[in-house]
Amino acid sequence: MNNFLDNIPKLRVSSWVEDGMDWLTDTFSGLFKLIQSGGKNMMDGITDGLLFIPPILFILIIAVLAFFVTGRKFGLALFSLIGLLFIYNQGLWDELMNTFTLVLFSSIIAIILGIPIGILMSKSTAVENIVKPILDFMQTMPGFVYLIPAVAFFGIGVVPGVFASVIFALPPTVRFTNLGIRQVPKDLIEAADSYGSTGAQKLVKVELPIAKSTIMAGINQTVLLSLSMVVIASMIGAPGLGREVLSALQRAQVGNGFVAGLSLVIFAIIVDRLTQSFNKQNR
Amino acid sequence: MKEKIRVEHVTKIFGRNQQKALKLVEQQKSKTDILQETGATVGVYDANFTVNEGEIFVIMGLSGSGKSTLIRLLNRLITPTSGNIYIDNIDITKAKKQELQLIRRQKMSMVFQNFALFPHRTILENTEYGLEIRGMSKEQRIEKAEQALQNAGLLVYKDQYPHQLSGGMQQRVGLARALANDPEILLMDEAFSALDPLIRKDMQDELLELQANVKKTIVFITHDLNEALRIGDRIAIMKDGQIMQIGTGEEILTNPANHYIQTFLEDVDRSKVLTAESAMVRPITINTEHDGPKVALQRMREEEVSVLLATNRQKQFLGYITADDALKAAKDGVSSVTSYIRTDMPTVEPATLLQDLLSTISDSPTPIAVVEDHRLRGILIRGVVLEALSSSTQEEVNTNE
Ligand SMILES: Nc1ncnc2c1ncn2[C@@H]1O[C@H](COP(=O)(O)OP(=O)(O)OP(=O)(O)O)[C@@H](O)[C@H]1O
Ligand SMILES: [Mg+2]
Repeated sequence: MNNFLDNIPKLRVSSWVEDGMDWLTDTFSGLFKLIQSGGKNMMDGITDGLLFIPPILFILIIAVLAFFVTGRKFGLALFSLIGLLFIYNQGLWDELMNTFTLVLFSSIIAIILGIPIGILMSKSTAVENIVKPILDFMQTMPGFVYLIPAVAFFGIGVVPGVFASVIFALPPTVRFTNLGIRQVPKDLIEAADSYGSTGAQKLVKVELPIAKSTIMAGINQTVLLSLSMVVIASMIGAPGLGREVLSALQRAQVGNGFVAGLSLVIFAIIVDRLTQSFNKQNR
Repeated sequence: MKEKIRVEHVTKIFGRNQQKALKLVEQQKSKTDILQETGATVGVYDANFTVNEGEIFVIMGLSGSGKSTLIRLLNRLITPTSGNIYIDNIDITKAKKQELQLIRRQKMSMVFQNFALFPHRTILENTEYGLEIRGMSKEQRIEKAEQALQNAGLLVYKDQYPHQLSGGMQQRVGLARALANDPEILLMDEAFSALDPLIRKDMQDELLELQANVKKTIVFITHDLNEALRIGDRIAIMKDGQIMQIGTGEEILTNPANHYIQTFLEDVDRSKVLTAESAMVRPITINTEHDGPKVALQRMREEEVSVLLATNRQKQFLGYITADDALKAAKDGVSSVTSYIRTDMPTVEPATLLQDLLSTISDSPTPIAVVEDHRLRGILIRGVVLEALSSSTQEEVNTNE
């Protein structure tokens, strides 16, 4: 039996994939270079802009924002104030801003791509049947697998980091948009149809507003997933807090690793609570 | 009389194996047999009828008989498997998407059983919806929507959201939303079923009044025979997707087409069907736990009555108080009317049949309280009860006009 199995020649899947990748990289190399340089310039610009704001002003703005979106409560505002001051105090402010830009960029791209895909999925069961397994695949893959095509297309740096984060963070927004629209009660759809709404009118005036809080929950998850890619993306040279964690790890510096990791957690909590509160407020 | 809606041989079958299912219905197989054999459900089979301009056409039938399917075929929320439906002689089964949207915008509006108000829109924005869809300018549509809310007596609530309103009010908004469009045809799928009996009667009156003022063509689904007889010019009775009989209330009552309809109408002798609940009116009450004689007198003046029903905070029925007694209490200077409450008022359950109450009513000097689990639900006034009992003959005269 074993012999029989051994007699089947090994399928050359890995080399096929490699060939495919080579073809893609060759054919679109111009495009990839353009995205790489354009994206890098844009993101550096944003990070520089953020660094131009005096840190104390930035911290206060975040704290005041937290105070108002949480419904005039002090909890998150105080946490943001102390947490961000701590990060500044540890000399990680530049890294924080780099991470912020990376998360912001990947999240926005994931949302811009994810919501329309989710809408298409909700409108067509055929599209849903095709996209769903792809999303499953994307979510079960370990995040750093996406680093391989990212490096192949864009080399190293922040742009491939964003690319890998977008792929990893995209699924929740797509899924929740699809779910939210499909969950709109049938009688409301009938009401919209019975007044002669076009498909677009129905989408904009009824379906999206009603699905909004579900979609926002998906966006919240997308933001957190792209945050979780920060360390992984630093493996291919994306700057930020992740790089600090990684270098501490490589040099076995427990203390530095702890501080950088803690800073990441603080940032994640602030981002999570802020996006959640935005959602609640809008309801 | 102008014909507004014409339905010709319309059939709707849900699910797979539609052709096979169609053959089986033609062979008079029952709905459950067809479902078992083919997996297809017969929604409506071979429906034929016309509705005239300005008519209220009522569809009745047991649950699952295909009423909702039939009414949704009329504005093509559901597309028929076969057959033709003409609205003003335009065949909507052949209409293209845009034509259909135009017809829905201009000619017909629908009112839903569960209101189907948009939760994220205010009452005004809900009422504007149909006009907004048509592309009417903001000022114009606000003006029209406000007018429709004004007519429904709901203008003060315009900036509230649906969940802030009671069920009865929400349904009035649903009707106002439909009427703001000024449609020629109103489709109403059990529009009043979710309402309690008193509000329901008010709504029926409103609909009849509306019908008298601005002639709309109305297709109305109900489970309730009394409602059907009260508002329907003609009634269609459905069973298992087929229309069994169409006619005026009187025609159906006196000449049921078959045994099924006879049993369906079994209790139609109106005095048998009418219950205390359906004839009761809203009681005018005082809460003896915090209202004193001054309040009682004030309320009697305001409501122009000489008797108030007394309840406690939990709405439990205690008795009644007369104007004379309240005056005496006020003169005596007491702050509570508890000791002036009279308890000799008869009480009945909501489900009591009116005809069993005839002797009680004529013997009692006072009205009768309708009480359920000790709680006061309404009050029966002799004039109203007698009118309700005699109105069946009246209505038959009306439908014969
Ligand atoms: N979308 C659908 N898919 C499959 N079957 C359906 C669908 N809609 C309705 N049916 C079936 O068609 C039949 C008629 O349903 P319909 O809703 O028209 O009944 P109804 O008379 O309005 O009942 P009710 O009084 O309970 O509202 C039922 O057997 C139902 O199961
Ligand atoms: Mg129904």
